[in-house]
Amino acid sequence: MRATHWLTFIAFIALLVTGGELVISHPRFYWGEVGNVNTKPLFAIPIPSSRDTVPTGYNYLMPDQNGWSRYLHFEAAWVAMLTGLVYGIYGLVSGHFRKNLLPERRDWTWRAYADRMAQYLRRKPPGSTEESSYNVLQRTAYVVVIFVLFPLIIWTGLAMSPSFTSAFPWTAALLGGRQSARTIHFIDSGLLLLFLLVHVTMVAVSGFRSRMRAMITGYSRDSSEGR
Amino acid sequence: MNKISRRKLIYGGVAAAAGVGGLTVADRAARRYGLIPPDGGGIYGPGETLTYACQRLLTVHTPAREFPRSMISKNPFANAISPPTDEFKRLQAGGFRDWRLVVDGTVAHPLVLSLADLKTLPMRSQITEVACEEGWSYIAEWIGTPLSEVLREAGVLPQTRSIVYFSYQPNDWWDSIDMTDAWDPHTLLTMGMNGGDLPAPFGGPLRLRMPRQLGYKSIKFITHLTATDDIKKFGKGLGSASPEGGYAWYAGI
Repeated sequence: MRATHWLTFIAFIALLVTGGELVISHPRFYWGEVGNVNTKPLFAIPIPSSRDTVPTGYNYLMPDQNGWSRYLHFEAAWVAMLTGLVYGIYGLVSGHFRKNLLPERRDWTWRAYADRMAQYLRRKPPGSTEESSYNVLQRTAYVVVIFVLFPLIIWTGLAMSPSFTSAFPWTAALLGGRQSARTIHFIDSGLLLLFLLVHVTMVAVSGFRSRMRAMITGYSRDSSEGR
Repeated sequence: MNKISRRKLIYGGVAAAAGVGGLTVADRAARRYGLIPPDGGGIYGPGETLTYACQRLLTVHTPAREFPRSMISKNPFANAISPPTDEFKRLQAGGFRDWRLVVDGTVAHPLVLSLADLKTLPMRSQITEVACEEGWSYIAEWIGTPLSEVLREAGVLPQTRSIVYFSYQPNDWWDSIDMTDAWDPHTLLTMGMNGGDLPAPFGGPLRLRMPRQLGYKSIKFITHLTATDDIKKFGKGLGSASPEGGYAWYAGI
């Protein structure tokens, strides 16, 4: 379980860095099937490009690193996907998803979310039940990341492949087309990055060393340390 | 504690043995069925091989996506090309009447074809998307003769494993495909676009279009096809000029 967490972490960082690098070769995003510099973009990121064919308004080019970025992006995607498969099967079989991640029935109210959010905002320490269990906000965040954002990023990634879509054309069509898939892929990666930042911030706030020790060794000694 | 460790050890050992065994079997099967790309070595080799093998198995019989005529892009984008050589300009001035396609290698009848010769073969039109690895794309109608028609004409010998294709700058612009892609009717020796002749910025007079792979696999200005049983003999042995410049040989993703 902890191994899948760290494998995903390594793969995700590789995907993030190479994905960011790939964006600079065409920092414009479109909706629909097609889009190019002769098409009006949905939005463009105001950065210089690594291609002189893209009108960016900057008169210099970024270095082109697409070759190894593409190789590494797809290799890391395989690591993430296979790890996710192992994690998913384990999570289902062991009941980890049901017991630890699905928000508890009594918390299926706006009230529960608002209360826990207020507790965060007032910077009140977590209650004793949270030493061994996730609260409703944590559970929701994990469920969204594991069951929405990760599957969606795999889907949108594959929907950009001309080969994969020849076998499964609906994977692109359902999203509105290849360029829509690329745009959703980009936004999704932004949401995953946001999750990573919040996640790491929370770990830092709750005691970076003890949390890291727990996630690496599997032993939580919080209670005996009496932090 | 002791008991659990031992059980864990046994499970771990069994899992590792199964993993190694599985990988060995997979590797042998992949080699046997040609599922390892020419650039399948090095640190990116495992990812590249997985991608190529899976997509090759998935797409053996799947036709490229085609689009309705109404979706043809009004302003297709011709990517930047290196300035034409004097030789190219001379051929262009002559309406490409002297453009020749040489077909050789492991074939029964080596051929030298003019564009007029190519046009006597069965022609085909298809509306497909060009998707660049950079992210942009456009849809156009492409008209030409399937590569398979030329291969049939030349009598490709059974030992052939790949078709190598060269642009008019053969040293730095060449590529290759496996026989699945070579026989695919969508792999088109393209001479026309959107009802007219194929313009030079889009690869005219002759471009090998392959809509199930990204744009960089569809090389412009084709002058030479070579059938071969050993792709390692070409260039640095990586299957195309792309890996020599850092890009993957397989461009299905």
